[in-house]
Parts: sequence; structure tokens; C-alpha cells
Amino acid sequence: MSMGRIWSLLFLAVPVLGTLLFLIGMFAQSGPLALWFPENINPLATEIDRLHDLILALIGIVFIGTSGALFWFLWKYDAASNDQAAKFVHGHHRLEIWWTIIPSIILVVLAIYQFKVYADVRINRPMLAGADGQLGTSDDQPQPPSFEVVGRQFEWRIRYAGEDQLLDTADDVIGEVNELHAPTDQRLVGSLKAADVLHSFFIPALRLKNDMIPGSRQIVWFEASKPGNYDIVCTELCGWGHYKMKGRFVVQSPADFEEYLQRLRKLQFERSYDGQSPDPLSPSGEPAESTAAMKVSSRP
Amino acid sequence: MSASGAAQWNASHAHAKSSGGMWHFLTTYVFARDHKIIGLQFLFSTLIWFFVGGMLAMAIRWQLAWPWQNMPIVGPMLFSGEGGQISPEFYTTLVTQHATVMIFFVIIPILTAAFGNYLIPLMIGAEDMAFPTLNMCSYWMMWPAFCLIGFSFFVPPYGAGAGWTSYPPLSVLTESSPGSGLAQTLWLGGVTCVGIASMMGSVNYLTTIIQMRAPGMTMMRLPMTVWAMFITAILQAFALPVLTAGAIMQMTDRLLGTGFYLPELASANNSAPAAGGGQPLLWQHLFWFYSHPAVYIMILPAMGMVSDILATFSRKPLFGYRPMVYALCIIAGLGFIVWGHHMYTSGMSPVLGITFAAATVLIAIPSAVKVFNWLGTLWGGKIQMTTALLFAVGFVSMFIIGGLSGILMASTPVDIVIHDTYYIVAHFHYVLVGAATMAIFGGIYFWYPKMFGRMMNEFWGKVHFALTFIFINGTFFPMHLLGAGNMPRRYADPYHFEMFADMLPLNRFITICALASMASQLIFALNFILSLFWGRRVGRNPWNSNTLEWAAPSPPGHLNFDFQPVVYRGPYEYGDPAGGARDFKPQTERPQDGGRQESGHA
Repeated sequence: MSMGRIWSLLFLAVPVLGTLLFLIGMFAQSGPLALWFPENINPLATEIDRLHDLILALIGIVFIGTSGALFWFLWKYDAASNDQAAKFVHGHHRLEIWWTIIPSIILVVLAIYQFKVYADVRINRPMLAGADGQLGTSDDQPQPPSFEVVGRQFEWRIRYAGEDQLLDTADDVIGEVNELHAPTDQRLVGSLKAADVLHSFFIPALRLKNDMIPGSRQIVWFEASKPGNYDIVCTELCGWGHYKMKGRFVVQSPADFEEYLQRLRKLQFERSYDGQSPDPLSPSGEPAESTAAMKVSSRP
Repeated sequence: MSASGAAQWNASHAHAKSSGGMWHFLTTYVFARDHKIIGLQFLFSTLIWFFVGGMLAMAIRWQLAWPWQNMPIVGPMLFSGEGGQISPEFYTTLVTQHATVMIFFVIIPILTAAFGNYLIPLMIGAEDMAFPTLNMCSYWMMWPAFCLIGFSFFVPPYGAGAGWTSYPPLSVLTESSPGSGLAQTLWLGGVTCVGIASMMGSVNYLTTIIQMRAPGMTMMRLPMTVWAMFITAILQAFALPVLTAGAIMQMTDRLLGTGFYLPELASANNSAPAAGGGQPLLWQHLFWFYSHPAVYIMILPAMGMVSDILATFSRKPLFGYRPMVYALCIIAGLGFIVWGHHMYTSGMSPVLGITFAAATVLIAIPSAVKVFNWLGTLWGGKIQMTTALLFAVGFVSMFIIGGLSGILMASTPVDIVIHDTYYIVAHFHYVLVGAATMAIFGGIYFWYPKMFGRMMNEFWGKVHFALTFIFINGTFFPMHLLGAGNMPRRYADPYHFEMFADMLPLNRFITICALASMASQLIFALNFILSLFWGRRVGRNPWNSNTLEWAAPSPPGHLNFDFQPVVYRGPYEYGDPAGGARDFKPQTERPQDGGRQESGHA
């Protein structure tokens, strides 16, 4: 076997090992390579997973095809193993047309499909008719945001709408720092803000991500179908503590959620009764320590 | 091209010798105006910064593999203030400066300014660039940038830390992060200087290519390298002013309180509220309006060089010359209207997101056409497996991966999930390290004989290729899996999240591959340096290639050619059966049947 053919085998290893790695990642149950998207508990976002898998399958086929062809041409037309003269060909007009048109059709169909998914997930937004009177698109029933998350160096501050189901009113319930609770099986609308620099609110289990921009309010919505504890991750560089902004997203039954809100109200009442200002609480019930960014960082 | 002809040529083009000594040395080799010297100045400077950027990457990988642990040997030297470890503040600096150095001091200058400067006049048959003094200024404008960003490493916490993307308010509010102080101002100054250098260069290249082609060198007979440099120069000329303006605005926000990017009463870490009245997203639009074309600036010249290398070593014409040219133009054109795909989750209007998604998906079409044409060039060839060819094929292999993963990101709903995760890191490292860097190495092995009159060692070149190819794939392919697992970017320690805790073994594997790939570059460095003195001497055209630079001496003297080049055909006439024993026809060789011009088969 000539050296040239050995080189071509190196290029064959790429599609073989690459495909293998992806298959292991997708289907392995355990081991260091068993890495894939976490379970999606947001029924409003299942189309995202389907779209990802469709695109992955498509690009997987193209990857194997083109990388395979690359290997094959190197193997077959290696000068040391092949006596034939090179083909004196400058191109092929018809071929150029076909291999432009066919990918174009595939990509345009893909683009239209992903527009539809995106419209379902982000453009057809709940109609908001909150205290500021802002309106959204589609939907019949107005649904103003029922919780607010403020990203701040380096924590998440939470607030829930009270009995009047409107934020920014006197009966708002202050939540615990870094812990967002939500009831199952209801579409929930939330408001995202930033207190200082850009942050980004990402809950992988909900396939939900939106930047938090100082000076603006971002509206997100989701449904959580499965009780449990999930991670909230900051995905916009916000300073040295960017990696530390760990939040917990707790999904509970509606009854448990109401009970939780009641407990928060009671704590809030007790603290205001004691003359304390309504600062956000840490999970222990004590006022949260502000994580000043200029402090020398402490290790996790 | 007879000896007397050459002498006559030299005599008619002789320049009065300067008085010699220090002045001559300074104006020839330091403040050089010869495009070849300037090209080599850029080459050496950028290769040194390549080492610096690589070391920064090794530090990042160390932290992700052994978080918060003392780096052996160098740790106490570099991080004495933190007990030999990387601090969280310094981690943000590492990710910022690694990207800044690699993009602005390595990939863009090496492709456009090192190869562009060296090759363009030679490939079009010109004596030099249109504006030699401007060319000299464009190299020396890099030095203020080198000094500003270099100096920022010594300002605690040792550099700017707002990401190479420098998003406000983090980058503008000095109290929001230790890295947002003086270091960030220096960073902005450095980026502005680099932008000015780039704009000077682009004006030069455009004028030279349009105005100074040799007789017979029509646009459709240009080598793909020159077409690529031409289109890239258009990208630089139109996109850079926006970044430069935006960066100046960020500087005035920081120093003069202009508030372009700050909302009302902006404050971080209990700082005094700024007047504000601006919009953080404005920076993102201005920044990405340049930085998306920038990524095409970083790939188009590589594509052009790979086309030339593949045709030369397949010994057959480039498949589809005209479609390849059109594809370059369409990629560049579309590249101007897709910048919003970096901002899908930014809170901008989702309807706007749709328009960007449409344009982004469309870019896949000319990119695919190019890949098919490269495959078509290899098909049916008589492939000589030289080091340069291996790197060019490595480019194609890795561009396929990087380009295809981009389709996932183009799709807005999927991007919502994978934005700012390692999926994105995998994608851009495949196109930048996998593709652009492979092409850079291929270009160096290919054009080294022209630059220095000696060959690099082919055996060690192939060793370098094998190790680099294996370890680069080992470093970046697993990052797709990390991204699927939603591991975020720019995290000093993701493992304290339960959902990321299992990623440590794979991250360690990646780090080991990264360290190995960095170590392999030592072979390249030694080969490069030692071949300068002991490489095998070669003549004008060691590769039997067609383009004009191979008709000049190796290395070319002042004014490049010792005859007047006249072009009779396109650049890829390899393997013509009517050519007899020789399987190539240089562009500047007279046709056999005296005078009848061969039309290019474009």
C-alpha cells in the first residue's frame, strides 16, 4: 500500500470516528461520552428537539457523503498507485446546476420548516395586557407575566405576581434568591430584566434562553410538565462570577406551588412587621448577602 | 527571458542605489516598502502571536481539565498572586485575549497581510503594490496595536475581560469587572489600530488588483488566491469602518460619558448611576456588522489558496472556475446581511431573526458548491501527496464539518438552545483552526520555496500534518458533544452544576489533545527556522505550477520579474493531453502555435 493510500485512510477515519462519537453521545446511557441534551419538560418546545434531530440527520448524511468521497478520491487517484493520466476537465455545467439546485431546495424547505417552528416558539407570543397596557400578537386570552427574574452580578432575583396576577403591584411576592418555582401543566409567562450588565437566562430543561438587557424587559413563556429540580444557567459573560450564577428551577404541583407562595408571603409579612426592608431572601430566610463584584473572588 | 534580455530588463529598471549603511537598512528591511518584505514582516509577527494565542488557549484548557489546581512549573511564576492558580477574573481575561489575539493578530493578518501582500503582485505580474508607502504604514500600524494589547497584559487583572465581543454594559461600566478598567481602554485602542491597518491594506489590494495586472491577465484568468484576496479586501473596506466607529463610541462612553450603549441610570456593583439614555444592543449590531464579514475575511483567502494548491497537486484544472468565483462573491455578499444570527437570543425582534435566518441558511449553498468543486478537482487527478496538498485536503475535511454544524446554528429555534454553549465553540474552531489554520500551513509549505529559495523538509512536514490533524480533531470534535450537553462558554468551572459534572473526563481528553497539538507545532517551528539555512535549494518552479509567481526567481528580487510577464491562458491548465511530456502550461508561456491566444476554459 502506497503512502498516499495510508494518508487517505486518515481522512476516512474522520467520518467513521465522527459518526461513531455522535451515535455514542446520543444513545449511550452511561460513560464519559454519554452526553446529550437533557430531558425536555416543555411541551411547547418539543418541536425544537425534532428540528435539531432532523437537521443533524441531514448534515450527518452530507458529512458522511462528502467526507467519504474525499477519502475515495484520494485513495483512487493517488499518483503512486494509479497510472492513469489526469482527466483534463475544467468543469461540468450540468453538474454545477444540479448540485446547486438540489441543496438549494433542501435548504429552502429546511428554512421554511424552521420558520414555522420559530414562529410557534417565539413569534406567536401570549397576548400581554399588563399594568403597562402592552399588547402582544395572536392569542385570545391576555396573560401578563406572572413572575420576574432579575439577573444581577452574580445571582438571580425572583419575584412573583400576587393575588391580582400582575407584577409591579403592592401584593407581589418576593421570591428566594437563585430559586425559581413554577407549577406544572400551565403556560407561564415571565419577565426578564438585568440590574447591571448583560446576563442570559437559560433553563436547558425548558429549551428556554433569553438575554437579560439592562433598561429593557424581555418576555418569555413556557410550560413545565414534570415536577423536579432543574438548573438555571447564565449564558452571557457578565464578569468574573459568570460561572457561579447557579440557579435552581423547581417545578411543583399547583397545590405545592401555592403552598410555597404562602410560605413566602408569611416570611415577607413577618419581616415587614419587624420593620425590615423587603429585600430578597436567601433560602435560609435571612436577607441575601450582596455579591459585590469587586470582592476578591472566592473559590466555589 | 534570455540572459541578455534579463540584463537589458534589469538595466532599464535599475534604481539609483542609496548611500548605503543604516539608512539603507532601515528603509529596506525595517520601514520596507517592498511588498515581499512587508509580507514577511507580517508573517513573522503573526507566527509569534500564534504562539502567544496558543499559550493562552493552553491555559484555558488547563483550567477546564484541572480546575483551580496549581499549574505545574509555570503556575507560581505566572499567577503568584493567586498561589499558582488561574483566578476567575483571569479566566475571563484568558478567553478574551485568546480570541482577540487569534482573530486580530494571527488569522486575519496572516491570511490577508502576509499572504496577500506577498502573493498579489507576483500572481498578477506586477512589480509591487499600487501604494508601497501606504503598505508600509499598514504594517507599522500593527505595532501600536501589539503594544496596546501587549501592555494590557500587565494591567491587573492582566488584560481586558469582557470577551473579544466586548459587550456593554460589562465593557463600559468600569466598576462591573476588574477587567473593565484601563485594560479595556487599551484593548479598544488596539482594536482600532488593527482596523486602520486592515483598511489601509484593503485599499491597496483593491487598487493593485484592478489597475496593475500584467497584459493578458483578465479578471477571469486570475488565480483563485487573488480572487479571494480581492473579495476579502472589499469585505474589509466596507465592514471595518463600522467596527472602528463602534469601538470609538465605546471609548467615548467609557472616557467621556457619552452613553451610546448604556441605558438610563446604568450602574453595576453599586457604582454611581451613569446618565445613559442609550442601548446595549446597539453595540451588538455595530460589532457583528463587522465581525460576521470578519469570519469570511478569515476563510475566503484560505479557500482561494486551497484551490490553487489542490489544482497544482491533482495535476488537473480546478473544477468549475467560474462557479468558484461566483461562490466567493455570493458568500461575501450574503455575509453582509447575516450578522443578526449572532444575536438570536438578544431580545431583538423575532421577525428580524427570521430574515437573518433566511440569509444565513442561504450561505450554505455557495459553500456547498465550493466543497463539491474541490472534490471535483481531486476526482480523476494524478494526486501528489505533498505536505501542502495534505494540509489543503485537511482544510476541505474540516471545512465540511465546520460548515455543516453552522446549519444547526443558522436555525433560530435550535440556536436558542445551543447559543453560548460549546456547540458554537466547536463550530468556529473547526472553521478557524481546522480550516483556516490548515490552509495557512499548506500555504506556508507551498510558497516557502518562493519566499526563501529553499524547501521545507517534506518528511517532517508530513509528521507535522499527521500530528496536527489528529490532535486538532481530537480537541474540537468532542466539543460538539459538550455543546449537546449544553456546557456553557466562558465558564471557569462548569462542574459545580450537577448537569455538567460528568463532563470532566471528556474535557480532560480535550485538554490532552490540545496540549499535544500545541507541542506538535514545535516540529513546524524547527522545520521553518532550520530550512531557512539548510533547506534544499530550489529554482523558480519546484512544484511545476502554472501561476505567475513561479515564473519569477526564488526569491524574487526587487521589482519581482526579470522579464515583462504576458499572460496567455488561465491559471489551471494542468494535464492537457496535447501538452506532450509536460503536464502543465504556465500562464506566461507563449502558445506553441505562435500568437493565437488560448481562451480560458472558464
